[in-house]
Amino acid sequence: MIAPTKPDLVTVNIDGKEIAVPKGTNVIEAARLVGVDVPHYCYHPKLTIVGNCRMCLIEMGMPAVDPATKTPILDPATGKPKINWIPRPQIGCGTNVSPGLHIRTQSPLVKDCREGVMEFLLINHPLDCPICDQAGECKLQEQATGYGRGYSRFVEQKNVKPKRTQLGPRVTLDDERCILCSRCIRFTKEIVKDDVLGFIDRGSHSTLTCYPGKQLANNYSLNTVDICPVGALTSTDFRFKMRVWFLKQTNSIDTESSVGANTVVWSREGTIYRITPRQNDGVNDTWMADSGRERYKQVRAAGRLTTVKVNGNDSSPQIAVNAALHFCKDGGVAVVGSGRSSVEEQWVTKKLADALKATTHLVSRVGPGDGLLVSADRNPNVRGALVTGLIATLPTAKLASLAAAIDAGQIKTVVSVGEDLADAGLTAAQLAKVTIVYLGTHANATSAAAKVVLPTLTVFEKSGTLVNQQFRIQKFTKAVPAPAGATDDLVVLAKLATAAGATVPAAELAAVWKAIATEVPALSTITYANLPETGLLLDATPWAALPFVEGESLHFKPAK
Amino acid sequence: MPAPAQRRIIFAHIDEPGYTNDLPCYLKHGGYEVLKKAVTRPPQELIDEVKKSGLRGRGGAGFPCGVKWGLVDRKSGKPIYLIVNADESEPGTFKDRYIMHQDPHQLIEGTMISCFANNVKLAYIYIRGEMPHGARILEKALAEARAAGFVGQNICGTGYSCDIFVHRGAGAYICGEETGLIESLEGKRANPRIKPPYFPAVLGLYQCPTIVNNVETLCHVKYIVEHGGDAFTRIGTPNNTGTRIFCVSGHVQKPGYYEFEAGKITMGELLNDVCGGPLPGRKFKAVIPGGSSAKVMRFGERYKGKRKVGADMVDYDWGVEDVPMDFDSLGMIGTMGGSGGVIVMDDTVNMVEALANINAFYSHESCGQCTPCREGSLWMKKITTRMVHGEARAEDAALLKSVADQIPGRTICAFGEACSWPTQSFIAKFGDEFKGYADAKKVAKPTEEATLI
Ligand SMILES: Cc1cc2nc3c(=O)[nH]c(=O)nc-3n(C[C@H](O)[C@H](O)[C@H](O)COP(=O)(O)O)c2cc1C
Ligand code: SF4
Ligand code: SF4
Ligand code: FES
Repeated sequence: MIAPTKPDLVTVNIDGKEIAVPKGTNVIEAARLVGVDVPHYCYHPKLTIVGNCRMCLIEMGMPAVDPATKTPILDPATGKPKINWIPRPQIGCGTNVSPGLHIRTQSPLVKDCREGVMEFLLINHPLDCPICDQAGECKLQEQATGYGRGYSRFVEQKNVKPKRTQLGPRVTLDDERCILCSRCIRFTKEIVKDDVLGFIDRGSHSTLTCYPGKQLANNYSLNTVDICPVGALTSTDFRFKMRVWFLKQTNSIDTESSVGANTVVWSREGTIYRITPRQNDGVNDTWMADSGRERYKQVRAAGRLTTVKVNGNDSSPQIAVNAALHFCKDGGVAVVGSGRSSVEEQWVTKKLADALKATTHLVSRVGPGDGLLVSADRNPNVRGALVTGLIATLPTAKLASLAAAIDAGQIKTVVSVGEDLADAGLTAAQLAKVTIVYLGTHANATSAAAKVVLPTLTVFEKSGTLVNQQFRIQKFTKAVPAPAGATDDLVVLAKLATAAGATVPAAELAAVWKAIATEVPALSTITYANLPETGLLLDATPWAALPFVEGESLHFKPAK
Repeated sequence: MPAPAQRRIIFAHIDEPGYTNDLPCYLKHGGYEVLKKAVTRPPQELIDEVKKSGLRGRGGAGFPCGVKWGLVDRKSGKPIYLIVNADESEPGTFKDRYIMHQDPHQLIEGTMISCFANNVKLAYIYIRGEMPHGARILEKALAEARAAGFVGQNICGTGYSCDIFVHRGAGAYICGEETGLIESLEGKRANPRIKPPYFPAVLGLYQCPTIVNNVETLCHVKYIVEHGGDAFTRIGTPNNTGTRIFCVSGHVQKPGYYEFEAGKITMGELLNDVCGGPLPGRKFKAVIPGGSSAKVMRFGERYKGKRKVGADMVDYDWGVEDVPMDFDSLGMIGTMGGSGGVIVMDDTVNMVEALANINAFYSHESCGQCTPCREGSLWMKKITTRMVHGEARAEDAALLKSVADQIPGRTICAFGEACSWPTQSFIAKFGDEFKGYADAKKVAKPTEEATLI
């Protein structure tokens, strides 16, 4: 008997196993919950259901009900309810659970359906896996192995289609590999609202293309590459560069805005090859912006700082730290912290500023939000600066108060944590008036003007946490080793703070978090290690009144 | 026994000398009198008449029209649309076009009555793209009817308003499938929709409840409302009420369109007595009874079983010639009445070549959404094309059957059945011809690459 369940749960029977699943779940997802794989291509949990690939066909039945008494008819042999099986197979993606629903995913009919669809998908497929970027993460390969017959009966000529269409600046299409699942079309139409893709021609000659005069050029175009189940859509950047099975995957966070899209960084032997989104249904679903994927290029970009400098001469970290402190000893110090620093770094930055009795500033970085996954606040961690107490109010444009203080002669030394002060609004004259200590990754006007330069790391070379626009604290992990000559920001900051007289723990995440937990009430229960991969929402009420710049975006609504 | 006489109720004036397709002629023959009366009756009464009549859709599936109207979601508060399916593209079928060309006001009257019955305020006639002449005639007829107050605002002075627009189809067979048609009418590719959830009666045109009926079906509605549902049941046979129009093409002496009471005429009577039998010196070999997608019948085969006659079950033992031409009888013997397109093949026809032709059509017309239909239809076409081009293999028959078996019942729309039934039935009935084709034909490989389209 099907046990009665909570009103919002529906009990279904999948291959003899009973499971209660939320109403509205489809058969593919319900089966997933009992560990049963229903192979599929066109279905994507974040897109509308079109039911075109027919790979997910299953058998479905409902308990027979006596029309007179409305009670279930029992099978005399087993004493269990008799099931009326629908003779035609049904699509699992388009079939939602209903009470008493019975599903067979392993019957001879289902097996035959899958073998048929697999065979059909392969007859006109070029089978060029040896030169295909998707190999290793290809649903066609996986499901051909899992559900196909393993041999071909096709002796005819295969269809010929365009092999390398530039759909846009970042996406290359091989139409022969396309299985016409329409995921890419639905994604760009439904999620990005940029309806540019479609099929032309009919039947097996159907061909994916852009509408005349259009391009797949939106800032989310590379998500089509991620969701393409085959190697039809490829990233022009990643194409032919590396076999995916050689790549190490490291969880990270997109730092291009306060959205904090969850990502995976794919690297091999210290070189990053691509960044892809990581599913977080509270933040970015399964998507991320193209702009965020390019960020790995900063690791090897020209101008990367790898030499410690004091007064323009090569130096050592310890000498540089001493020199920095020397420039701060007479007071009149300003610390320019960063909304790009991690929570841990901001906390130590605050320690440093306190020890130096310095004023603290934060660089504001605002641009138009796209309503999806790039928010107006282009700093990934302004809220971290609030939570750690580095700042109490939101940063204003152009470092206005710092500029005024320099003009007034109150500031003699500026310690900049990764921020280009010129870019942030200080004039060349203002820069010339002060002594600059610069911690950073790339050369710029500030590093050029600095008396002390301490090379630090990009987000890909270190670990830490960020607090996104939702006040969700999320962690990123070191994907590749630091370049020789550059030091972890946390280490540099801790050295400076200690030299300035502050008490800071060893520059190591566990120790830092132990200290943070005792000092920062909002973070008292958190450690880096126990932070879930999808992050943790902090209580935002202390900052509810602040006029944050973000507008509405995916999974985020600004407080009124 | 001679064949029964034609009973022309829909084709009453088709090819009648002096009958023109303008409004004055239609009015002279009693036109729009049924509509005038209908709009004074309660709409439910009209629906009940249609239910009582047992009218089955003439578009192909034979679904009861009254039941279809009963499924319409009338509680949603959304407008209800009616679409006239005038896409007539099933090979072998040519009845709707004659109605539209020669008697368009009959269709308009039937449509308006159906609209009034179902509280429809806007209807579309979706006419096959390749019928520009028909579209022009309909436009003109609609303009006349609008001017005379039969279409548009305040119909016949009752306060009821409903307009009809002609929409020219997108030039593909799949545009005739009702959900593909709806997509096309919305301005998109005619990709059929999945059902559930997109049953037209609930989520049709613009996601509103929608009725899709064939041209001929709606003409029958006019007859039913005029004469009553009971009177209609007295035409034809039980469960196969009214008349059927047969479009006979192929190897008979007198191909053409003929209207008979459903089930009152047999295949033999239709082909021999009405259509004059085979061409001189030829013999009938095969016939497809309901449009090219219906399963083929082989002359000489016998169909045996039990069927219901009145309250009794009686044995039947039929040859092709004995089969009554109605939905149920043709369905019983494993084929279908479909759209009424009767395609006759005599002993000059090679079945492999005939199937190659049909397969070429279906592979060209698959919309391409579902894997089995898209790939299967083209694969079957490639096999039969290769066979007729001289490279047949003994194993092709089994392969064709196996490919065809992987399609029906596994697709979004009934095109999956339509494209696989020909192959399944040709192989089942003429398997020997397929197996022996390589030897029998001995066609040299063509020197140039020739293709069948
Ligand atoms: C592939 C395909 C093509 C069809 N083409 C037509 C057509 O050309 N004309 C038509 O009336 N019905 C056609 N139909 C049937 C329609 O889907 C629909 O059932 C019919 O219009 C309903 O009208 P009826 O109930 O009055 O028969 C087609 C169905 C399929 C599956
Ligand atoms: S390109 Fe990929 S995602 Fe797009 S329709 Fe083809 S197989 Fe599907
Ligand atoms: S069965 Fe064929 S025609 Fe119908 S939706 Fe599928 S691919 Fe298109
Ligand atoms: S996943 Fe493609 S039809 Fe269900």
